[in-house]
Amino acid sequence: MAKARLSPVRTIAAHAVLITYTIIALFPVFVIVVNSFKSRRAIFAEPLALPWPEHFDLVGYQTVLRQGDFFLYFQNSMIVTVVSLFFVLLFGAMAAFALSEYRFRGNTLMGLYLALGIMIPIRLGTVAILQIMVEGGLVNTLTALILVYTAQGLPLAVFILSEFMRTVSDDLKNAGRIDGLSEYRIFFTLVLPLVRPAMATVAVFTMIPIWNDLWFPLILAPSEATKTITLGSQVFIGQFVTNWNAVLAALSLAILPVLVLYLVFSRQLIRGITAGAVK
Amino acid sequence: MARGKPVRWHIAVFLAPAVLVYTALMIIPLFGTLGQSLFNKGGEGGVDFVGLANFATLFGDPRWSEAFWNALGNNLWFFLIHMLVQNPIGIALAAILSTPRLRMAAFYRTAIFIPTILSFVIVGFVWKLILSPIWGIAPGMLDAVGLKSLFAPWLGREEYALTTLALISVWQFVGIPMMLIYAALLNIPDEVLEAAEMDGITGMSQFWKIKLPLILPSIGIISILTFVGNFNAFDLIYVAQGALAGPDFSTDILGTFLYRTFFGFQLQLGDPYMGSAIAGAMFAIILFGVCVYLWGIQTRLRRYQF
Repeated sequence: MAKARLSPVRTIAAHAVLITYTIIALFPVFVIVVNSFKSRRAIFAEPLALPWPEHFDLVGYQTVLRQGDFFLYFQNSMIVTVVSLFFVLLFGAMAAFALSEYRFRGNTLMGLYLALGIMIPIRLGTVAILQIMVEGGLVNTLTALILVYTAQGLPLAVFILSEFMRTVSDDLKNAGRIDGLSEYRIFFTLVLPLVRPAMATVAVFTMIPIWNDLWFPLILAPSEATKTITLGSQVFIGQFVTNWNAVLAALSLAILPVLVLYLVFSRQLIRGITAGAVK
Repeated sequence: MARGKPVRWHIAVFLAPAVLVYTALMIIPLFGTLGQSLFNKGGEGGVDFVGLANFATLFGDPRWSEAFWNALGNNLWFFLIHMLVQNPIGIALAAILSTPRLRMAAFYRTAIFIPTILSFVIVGFVWKLILSPIWGIAPGMLDAVGLKSLFAPWLGREEYALTTLALISVWQFVGIPMMLIYAALLNIPDEVLEAAEMDGITGMSQFWKIKLPLILPSIGIISILTFVGNFNAFDLIYVAQGALAGPDFSTDILGTFLYRTFFGFQLQLGDPYMGSAIAGAMFAIILFGVCVYLWGIQTRLRRYQF
């Protein structure tokens, strides 16, 4: 594998394409973050200039930090996202294993039943969900959000994970069985480590809609104590729509945590993929 | 499960948590909504069973059907742009990224995925700013390369607004097909590629002849995910154009139409029964697409076990 596979021209072309697309992808984020550090006049006069000392201004951030309880919102978002993610991955992998590993009556039917949720937005059932939460006394609790997001994430997790689990070698699992491992041990110690890349992929795809959701926090948990950061920044933008410094600062602060969270998971994702478990 | 075989409790244990949570919080509420589409307000504040009358109104009554077919047509266009722009770009980026020993591949992959993690609140707002004729980053940039005449307030013009929003959505979500295809490409064993090289198949023809057939299942998955995502779309249009999906409903898709009907807007009161009927229609459309995928595409794909 040590031979050079690419001519220099191809390598340069590959980098050119990737750099171009990276710029397209990051440009809007750059615009928000750069302008959030500038004075109001500079935002309008030179939107693309970097915040040099003569334009530098933190007035937007001062407004935001005076107004909103961003740390509490951040903490709420964190708890909801991480706990939901844990349950989605655990329950999803268990169900995917059952569906892909065992032949039993109703297997296909169960697979279709669970896949149903990929295609129907859970939002269509919002009114009934709200009724359930009211009856259970869970309105304005993070538990309500966690339950809903777990249900929302499971179908896709089961679908993707069972696709990947079908490619795990049968010989390996049978060798485990011959060695006397229980089905639970086979799942937790043999199969789970092998589908780690898929787990990381599912984690990223599950985490994003949960973190960014506006709908359920607004309906199920709009109280000050349970606001998530997405809801918090939406409310803030609504109140300060003409105060560009404050809006841009709020957007920057809303980007930052999810960016950090993503970079943490992304390293996991890269490690998972490149460790190439299946190989 | 004939006699003599022990009951395999572990299957139930593996399935139970997912099935319970999913059934209680997704299936039961959803079917509650579908059931509601068969009812409507009756006399004396009661509720009457009306069968499929709500659907007849939705498809036939001009007050409803015009908006419905408009939203459906817009939604198809929205989907088509994603299939023709987002997925090919995603596959191409993944193919380039999976080049062996490419420097900075991790950086590119991380950076290109970043728009996908941003919330619709942020995406809608920043693109409105960039495309705004007043603040003018887009007109300024076109001016710098001498193309200022090409600029138009894209989000404000009926003929461009939907396409512009679809492209913004492509910008945001191109990372998803890229990641899935990238993972699939990395899972192709080296032996297969080495064998191809032995036979003199390299570069582009290696991609078309060896890798593409092996990642077809993943392409099937991203197609159906795109379909489902697009026909459930709502947030971006809502954040950028409001619930009225302006200008003049030119960006109205099924999600925004459902929202307006269900919760009401301006002076019109919300109508949960017609809203449920629209939800039912969306359900049928999506079900149709998924059936096409499951029986038409997935069963014909070969799955390889390495």
